[in-house]
Amino acid sequence: MENTMQAVPQNWYLLLSTFMFCIGVMGVLLRRNAIIILMCIELMLNAVNLLLVSFSSYAGNAEGQVFVFFIMVVAAAEVAVGLALLVSIYRNIASTDIDILSKMKW
Amino acid sequence: MTQTIIQTSNLYLPTILIPLLPLLGFFINALFGKKLGHTSGWIATAVLFGAFACSLFLFLNLPAGGSETITISNWFYFKNIFVPFAFLIDPLSITMLLVITGIGSLIHLYSLGYMHHDEGFSRFFSYLNLFIFFMLLLVMGNNYLIMFIGWEGVGLCSYLLIGFWFKNQAFNDAAKKAFIMNRIGDLGFIIGMFMMLFYFNSLNFDTVNIGALKLGMGNMTIIYITLFLFVGAMGKSAQLPLYTWLPDAMAGPTPVSALIHAATMVTAGIYMIARSNVLFSLAPHTLDVILIVGTATSLFAAVVGLKQNDIKKVLAYSTVSQLGLMFAALGMGAYESGMFHVVTHAFFKALLFLGAGSVIHAMGGEQDMRNMGGLGKYIKITFATFLIGTVAISGIPPFAGFFSKDEILATAFEHNKVIWGLLSFSSMLTAFYMFRLVYLTFSSSFRGTDEVKHHIHESPATMTMPLIILATCSIIAGFIGLPTILSHTHLFKNYLASVFAQSKLIMPAGHEISHSMEWILVGTAVTLALVSIAFAYQKYVMQKHVPAADEKLKGISKVVANKFYVDEIYNTVFVKPIMLLSDLFLVVVDKLIVDLLVHAIAFITNQIGRALRLLQTGHVGFYMFAMVISMIILLAVQIFVVI
Repeated sequence: MENTMQAVPQNWYLLLSTFMFCIGVMGVLLRRNAIIILMCIELMLNAVNLLLVSFSSYAGNAEGQVFVFFIMVVAAAEVAVGLALLVSIYRNIASTDIDILSKMKW
Repeated sequence: MTQTIIQTSNLYLPTILIPLLPLLGFFINALFGKKLGHTSGWIATAVLFGAFACSLFLFLNLPAGGSETITISNWFYFKNIFVPFAFLIDPLSITMLLVITGIGSLIHLYSLGYMHHDEGFSRFFSYLNLFIFFMLLLVMGNNYLIMFIGWEGVGLCSYLLIGFWFKNQAFNDAAKKAFIMNRIGDLGFIIGMFMMLFYFNSLNFDTVNIGALKLGMGNMTIIYITLFLFVGAMGKSAQLPLYTWLPDAMAGPTPVSALIHAATMVTAGIYMIARSNVLFSLAPHTLDVILIVGTATSLFAAVVGLKQNDIKKVLAYSTVSQLGLMFAALGMGAYESGMFHVVTHAFFKALLFLGAGSVIHAMGGEQDMRNMGGLGKYIKITFATFLIGTVAISGIPPFAGFFSKDEILATAFEHNKVIWGLLSFSSMLTAFYMFRLVYLTFSSSFRGTDEVKHHIHESPATMTMPLIILATCSIIAGFIGLPTILSHTHLFKNYLASVFAQSKLIMPAGHEISHSMEWILVGTAVTLALVSIAFAYQKYVMQKHVPAADEKLKGISKVVANKFYVDEIYNTVFVKPIMLLSDLFLVVVDKLIVDLLVHAIAFITNQIGRALRLLQTGHVGFYMFAMVISMIILLAVQIFVVI
C-alpha cells in the first residue's frame, strides 16, 4: 500500500492537487451555473484531500487520512444541503444561473 | 468582634420590636392596603400602640441612669472603620421613643377619622407607618450612620406626605421645596460625618465622644464638625435661614402637620444636638452660633406669625418660633431644658394642629380664619381642647408650656440678659398671636357663608379622643419638670442626668439664680403673657377686629404678612440664577456641544454605511471573486510580510 502511494515522487502529488485546486477556483469564478460551481467547490475540497493523504502517507502518520474521512462526511452533508437549495431555486425561477439571483442587495 | 454577639438582655425583644412593628405595618398597608379598605388604618394604628407598649416596657425596665446597646448585626468593616447595626437605649432615646410612639399612635387614631373619606386612605397610613419606622431608627441608632438613615428616611416620608394630594401642583411644589431645603442641611450632616470618620475613625457616639474629649476644649476640628452638624439640624428643624419649607409643608393633611412638622420630625435636629452634647460642649463657639440662630429664628417667626390668616400657617410659624426657643436652650448648654421643651411642645403643638384639623374638618376644608368666627358654640370639645393647647403654649401656669419655657428663660437670664429679653419678647408675641387665632376662630359670630355654617359639626370620636388625651397631657406634662422654687426634684432632669453628665463636667456650671430672682422672672413672664392676651382680647373680641384682605394691607404690616418677602428673596437670589444657569447649560452645553457630538457620530456612521453598502451588489459571482481575492491577499500577507 505504502509502496503504491510512494511509487511516484511527492512533488507530483503536490502539482496535481495544486492543478485541481486551481481548476476549482477558476470554475467557481468563471462559471455561471450553480451546479457547476458546487462541483468545483468539491473539486477544491478533494484537491486538499489528496494533499492530506499524500502527506500522511509520506510522513507515516495515519492522522491525515482520518481527517480526510471527516472532510468527506462533512462535504457529503454540505452537498445535500446545497443541492436541496438548488432544487428549490430551480423550482422557483426555472434556472440555476447565479446572475439571475441578484435580488438580495442594498 | 467578628462573630455576632448573642444578646441575653431582656430588653432585646422589645427593642427590636419597636421599629419592626411600624415597618410591618408599612408593608401590610403598602401591599394589601387596597384590599383591606378601612381595616388597613386600624392595623397601622394597632402596630403603633404595640410599639408604644414596647417603649413603655423599656422605660419601666431600664435601670435608672443606665444605658444599653442592643446589637442586631455587625453591619460592615472597612479598614479600621467598624459600623455595627446597633440600637442605643438610654434615657434620651427612651424619652424620644415615648413621644414618637405615644403621640404617633394618637395621631394615627385621629387620622382614622380625619382621612376616612380620602381615596388614598391606606396609602396615607403606609406613609405614616414608614415615617414612624424611620423616626424610630433616627432616635434609636447608636451611631451617626443609623441616625442618618432615619434622618433621610423621615425626609422622604415628609416629602411623600406633604405632596400627598399630588394632583395639586402647589402641594407638589411645597413637597419639593421641603425636600430640597432638607437636602441642603443634610449635606452639612454628611460632611460632619465624614470629618468624624476622618478624625475619629468611627461613627459610634461613645467612640466619637472619647476621641473628641482627647482633642480637648475649643479644638478647631470639633468646631467644624459641630458647625456642619448644626447645618444639618438647621435644615431638619427649620431654623433661619433654612426655615421656609416648614410653613409651606402645611400643604399636607393636617395629621401630618401635627405628627411630622410639629411634634416629631422637626425635633430631630434638637435630638441630634442633644445626642452629640459632648461634642457641642467642647465647641463653645458653635454653641454661641446656635444660641444666636435660635433666638433670631424664635423672634422672626413670632413676628411673622402675627399677621398670618391661615390657621395652619399661624401654627407653623409658632412651631418655627418654638424650635428656635429650643435651639436657644441648646445653645446655652441647657440640653435637658431643650429636651423638656421638645416633650411639652410635642404635646401641645400636636394638640393644636389636631384641633386645627378638627376646625378645618368642621368647616369643610376652609383654612382662612377671616371666614371663621363663633365656632366655639358649635364644636365644643374642639374649642375646649384647643383653648388648653393655646394656654399651654402661651406659658400660663400650671400648663405644660409654662414650665419648660420658664426653665429656658431662667437659663437665658443667667446666661445673657439681652437673649433673655429677646426670648421673653418672642414668648409674649406667641401668647398674642395664639390668642388672636383662638378669638378669630372661636369667638364672636360666624363670618363664612350659610352653606358652610350649615355644615359645621363636631368631629367623630376617633378625632376627639386624641384631642382629649393630648389636652390632658398638655395640662399635666409640665409637672415632670418643676422649677427649683417649687420642688427640689426635677424629675425630667434627673432622668436624663446620665446622658448629659459628661457635658456638665466640661461646661463651667453657671451659678444658680436666687429664688427671689426666679420668682421675679416667673412673674414677669406670666405678666407679659397675660398682658398680650388681654391686648388680643381687647382687639379681636371687644372691637371685633377682623384682619383686612391681603390687598388692602399697607406698609410694615404688608411686609410682615408677606413673611418679609423671604420666599421672594430666595427666589430671586437662588432659584432664578440657578434656573438661568440651567437654561444656559441647556442651550450651550447640551444643545450645542453634547448634541452636536452625538449627531456628528450618527451622521458619520450613516455616511460610511451609505458608501459601503454599494459593495453588496447581489451578484454571487462578485462575492466569490471577493472571497478568493481576499484569501490570496491573506496568503500573501502571511508569506511575504514578516510579523
